[in-house]
Amino acid sequence: MILESLAAVLEKNALITAFAFVGILVWISYEISARLTRGHIHGSAIAITLGLVLAYLGGRATGGNSGLADFGLLTGVGIMGGAMFRDFAIVATAFGADISALKRAGVVGAFSVVIGVVLSFVVGALVAVLFGYTDAVSISTIGAGAATYIVGPVTGTALGADSGVIALSVAAGLTKSVLVMIGTPLVAPRIGLNNPHAALIYGGLMGTTSGVAGGLAATDPKLVPYGAMTATFYTGVGCLLAPSVLFLLVNAVV
Amino acid sequence: MVIYGVALLSFCMLVGVFAGDILGDLIGVQANVGGVGIAMLLLIILSNLSHSKFSLGDPTEKGIGFWSAMYIPIVVAMAAKQNVIAAVSSGWMAIVAGVAAVVVSFAMIPVLSRFGADDQHDS
Repeated sequence: MILESLAAVLEKNALITAFAFVGILVWISYEISARLTRGHIHGSAIAITLGLVLAYLGGRATGGNSGLADFGLLTGVGIMGGAMFRDFAIVATAFGADISALKRAGVVGAFSVVIGVVLSFVVGALVAVLFGYTDAVSISTIGAGAATYIVGPVTGTALGADSGVIALSVAAGLTKSVLVMIGTPLVAPRIGLNNPHAALIYGGLMGTTSGVAGGLAATDPKLVPYGAMTATFYTGVGCLLAPSVLFLLVNAVV
Repeated sequence: MVIYGVALLSFCMLVGVFAGDILGDLIGVQANVGGVGIAMLLLIILSNLSHSKFSLGDPTEKGIGFWSAMYIPIVVAMAAKQNVIAAVSSGWMAIVAGVAAVVVSFAMIPVLSRFGADDQHDS
């Protein structure tokens, strides 16, 4: 009786429930960071990783494709973590960003987006060839998926790829974004990701908005606006290049 | 007023996303091209303009600051709603392609960072 009405309240106020839930999750993560790692691993890195683990378990338990948000009580997590709030918060981080750093890296930033798209596409296409794909459409679709999980299906649909191949391209993009979220704080010191300039290039090369958003949050939140700024152009450039120039190149080579 | 900051932020985002959609249409791709980036530039420009002409005011800045501070919790929620199952259960090819793309891109960062980074050691 009491439990039922509690569940009803939580479900009816889904977004508020999500705020409380994420608050607890973040608190636990910062406690783990302070006590178990003595602050060596940043609390937000732990929180994001914990979020991904819970998403995995949620997907296992419910069979849905929105991680924890498929639980009736936690649908608000889907709203809170959806594209609308994510983009709103990303734009807010631009307040107080250093204009001169943006200007200085303008050309290299734009350059990094194009290099990033081509690089990921080529690597993905090579992997597809290694795994035995021989037709230009499938190879291009998987290459596009290695860019982001939006470029993959957009390219695959434009080229008329098999739906199984499109699903694989989405999976490749998802793997990329999850790995960027977890891997960025670990490799940041080695690749010199500690200033706005490097963050702009990082955003352009990685391109996955969610991966960049999570990766920089876990590394240094001050760098978020710079990486997010370039990453936001990546999917568009990918959708432009992959089904056109890059596909023609693959077609010529195969 | 706090709402002025939130409204300014909303205005920037809507204009940016709208511009990104139009840009996508113009170059003929089914995607938003740089909408959030345009919104960020707009916010930076507007907030800098107002420093010289009229003051944004403390509560207004708090309206933007709140959402900026909510960024990490929102990203945690975003992580918790990812389709992780699909990423790890579609077989090796998808995983290898994703991992290889990330490794190569990470390796490129120090290479590209060298360009135009001569006076970057202040941060």
